[in-house]
Amino acid sequence: MSASSEGIHDGEWLSEGETRARLDRTWDQGRGLYAFFATVDHKRVAKRYFVTAFVFFFLAGILALLMRLQLARPDNGLIGPDMYNQIFTMHGSTMMFLFAVPIMEGLAVYFVPLMCGTRAIAFPRLNSFSYWVYLFGGLMLWVAFALNIGPDAGWFAYTPLSGPGYSPGKRVDFWAQMITFTELSGLAVAIEIIATIFKQRAPGMALNRMPLFLWSMLVMSFMILFAMPSVMLASTMLIMDRLVGTHFFNAAEGGDALLWQHLFWFFGHPEVYIIFIPALGIVSSVVSTFTRRPIFGYPVMVLALIAIGFLGFGLWVHHMFATGLPRLGSSFYTAASMVIAIPSGIQIYCWIATMWQGKPRFATPLLFVVGFIVIFVLGGLTGVMLASVPMDLQLHDTYFVIAHFHYVLVGGAVFPLVAGAYYWYPKVTGRLMNERLGRWNFWTFFIGFNLAFFPMHYLGLAGMPRRVYTYSDGLGWNGLNLLAFAGVLLIGISVLLLIINLVRSRKHGALAGANPWNAPSLEWATSSPPPTYNFRHIPLVTSDNPLWEHREQLPVMRGLSVDKRELVLTTVLDAKPDIREPVAKPSIWPFISAIAVGVMFIASIFTPWAVVFGAIPPAIAITIWFWPKGDPGPADEDPEP
Amino acid sequence: MHSIGEAMGVHAQHIDALWHAMLWVCGIMYVLVLGFLGLAILRRGRRRDEREVVHAQDERGLSMTLVAWTGLIVAGLFGLTLFSYFTDRALVQAASQPQINLKITGYQWWWQVEYVDPDPSRSVKTANEIHLPVGAQVSATLASQDVIHSFWVPNLHGKQDLIPGRDNDIRLQPTQAGTYLGICAEFCGLQHSKMHLDVIVESQEAYNAWYERQLQSAPPPTEPLAQRGQQVFMSSACNMCHAISGTDASASVGPDLSHVASRRSLAAGALPNDADSLFAWISNPQAIKPGSRMPIVPLSEHDLEALTAYLRTLQ
Repeated sequence: MSASSEGIHDGEWLSEGETRARLDRTWDQGRGLYAFFATVDHKRVAKRYFVTAFVFFFLAGILALLMRLQLARPDNGLIGPDMYNQIFTMHGSTMMFLFAVPIMEGLAVYFVPLMCGTRAIAFPRLNSFSYWVYLFGGLMLWVAFALNIGPDAGWFAYTPLSGPGYSPGKRVDFWAQMITFTELSGLAVAIEIIATIFKQRAPGMALNRMPLFLWSMLVMSFMILFAMPSVMLASTMLIMDRLVGTHFFNAAEGGDALLWQHLFWFFGHPEVYIIFIPALGIVSSVVSTFTRRPIFGYPVMVLALIAIGFLGFGLWVHHMFATGLPRLGSSFYTAASMVIAIPSGIQIYCWIATMWQGKPRFATPLLFVVGFIVIFVLGGLTGVMLASVPMDLQLHDTYFVIAHFHYVLVGGAVFPLVAGAYYWYPKVTGRLMNERLGRWNFWTFFIGFNLAFFPMHYLGLAGMPRRVYTYSDGLGWNGLNLLAFAGVLLIGISVLLLIINLVRSRKHGALAGANPWNAPSLEWATSSPPPTYNFRHIPLVTSDNPLWEHREQLPVMRGLSVDKRELVLTTVLDAKPDIREPVAKPSIWPFISAIAVGVMFIASIFTPWAVVFGAIPPAIAITIWFWPKGDPGPADEDPEP
Repeated sequence: MHSIGEAMGVHAQHIDALWHAMLWVCGIMYVLVLGFLGLAILRRGRRRDEREVVHAQDERGLSMTLVAWTGLIVAGLFGLTLFSYFTDRALVQAASQPQINLKITGYQWWWQVEYVDPDPSRSVKTANEIHLPVGAQVSATLASQDVIHSFWVPNLHGKQDLIPGRDNDIRLQPTQAGTYLGICAEFCGLQHSKMHLDVIVESQEAYNAWYERQLQSAPPPTEPLAQRGQQVFMSSACNMCHAISGTDASASVGPDLSHVASRRSLAAGALPNDADSLFAWISNPQAIKPGSRMPIVPLSEHDLEALTAYLRTLQ
């Protein structure tokens, strides 16, 4: 087909300036209020994910500070049981559902298309929709909390405590519906990420050349696909018990209280790995860049990621050893939980080995990665202890477990996230963050974290149970609880330093340029911040570390239209150019659909009829969203390599 | 001392041995990782060129070490898993011929304790307190009347959940006399923090004496104030929920009060058991355990004092 009938294509005949001007025009997302809600640029959506998730992290952190303040002294009357129970429920729910998973999703939304070397995320409108749904779910929960009707049955909401008999009112319904919101959003993102990674990698980026970050996001997305339906099912059953009088979890009417725990932990354990696996991807990127060596044992690392993804689904019963399940069955879960230490141990080894042979430069990102290894390995080892049935019978639901999972989640996810923030900030904003502040940020966080959480191991051994709003004097718990409070204060200072650094560097940071760290992967092959179409020319990948192989000029692929939004789809395994694919334009309808869905979800807290009548507006909105708008143009022709 | 480390029962001792093995194996692994990390940081090569890339070099040494490292992890895990299985077996086999059968029922937020005897007249019902003779093998059936609770006496054994609609059981075998704290370990609502029970392990003689006392009703009050208190108990809201053996009060909504004065603590461990605390508790339970199922019963100061005096006679 000739260039005239198809519009102009990228090629030798266009000057660089002309190409850029045309791409700018074609991919313009618009300005103003309408464009704000209609944008489908994955980078803009991802930045909203970052900001929103960080705000939730900050709020949930303040709740943590309040809890430690209440527990700093025995028999403290500062916060009563009703408020305390709301606070710890909100802390857990917010950290897990509104911070940890969404920020990883946001990271994937921003960087997966860039690392793949493509122009847009797959299903960009769905991407916009998923952000709004997440935002509305989080807002609903926090507005409820602000009105003192926040959930108070724990982030795990065990039945029958969370059921209609023991949690009257609407508190738990807000919690359950927040789950529906965030999981819907999570499932949508997972599909976008899988499609982007499988079909939109730059030509030549065969699966075995994919950066480990992409592998980790791929494994995370598959885990989301299999884990989240379980909790959506469970939370819907809970709402039905509460709203329309079903008895799924009511033992008196033939239901089963333990069914909830199975469904919840079948999601809840993989959830931990959904948070942790992307962090492994961040760590691999940072280690490789700052040691200037490709990751040692790449194939082993990939296999380890996949193994963790699979094994993560076989562990859920280790949250339920004290429920009296058959001993033999429990033993199986002991073995499975122990086995997951093998791939984790191998990964740790490979990173250290990379540092061993590389030439590490301890900039802030790598400092946080070292902090990650020191903290996470300790959390992993206490995890081995908790995997044993007899040990768990003693340690379950004590402060030992709180220490364990904060070592795993803060060490295993928040430290890598901060490393990632320092590492990718220049890509997102065009400016570097301050190194000096970064060092202060690291040491206050590292010391504060260990002060706050290491003593909790001992508190657990000394018999202090979780989720208590106060404790009596004379149990020997006073001093360490006070120490934990001091540690949390130090973490608070560290987070303030991080915020100052994030805000200040936006104006005053040193200009970064395209590749300030001399990193090897494709997100650094474009300007910082990247244009809306990401790459002027689609890169052609000929090695595992493209920017290290081709320092001066990356080989590129030409032939995509510069007058139409288009990207190239490649084959799943070898990433051979396959077909052109048109990319959706901005649209307000994902936003409106999200509002309609949100109204239906929230109304269904109050009346079951909302599910019937409330389904009509989303149906209309989604129909308009998908209405065919003229000829998308033939999209089946091979682009010129 | 309330602690996992001070094992005063056969089960807790088995778990304690496992804990030490875990601590050693995991501790050594942790030191190995930190050592490797520290050396890797110390030996870091200087870069001449900021942009110099270290290309894959001879990886044989590191690969061999990886294999060895993986082998070490597998061996460590295998050992710990085996130890864990054998400990689990030992836990099941200990106290396999119980001499004492208990039924413990969880309520929001207190424990009902029944000593089950084949002869119903020799069964005993009490609350928030368990007496056991040293060395006795004990089997306890665990049930819940409302939400999920978890029975945990760290000095004696790990925890076991009380789940509505299911009966669990736990075995105990205390080896040393003493008073141990039991707590609810599963979040069960507003007053989860104040759901304790006392486990008193004593000599066989002391235990027998206690048991015989529990079988008898407390003698009727003789003092006028206490007599007045009994009238208050029977005529206001108290007897709607509580039972006192030897009287008409036989409700089972709240704890059995037949021998409440002989117990170590009040309101599931929320208060020490003395006259002042008892008075404070009856006059306003909501101030001590906000959300407690025990309502504020409007009584005059004099009636409260009388009631306190009566309850104090229930030895």
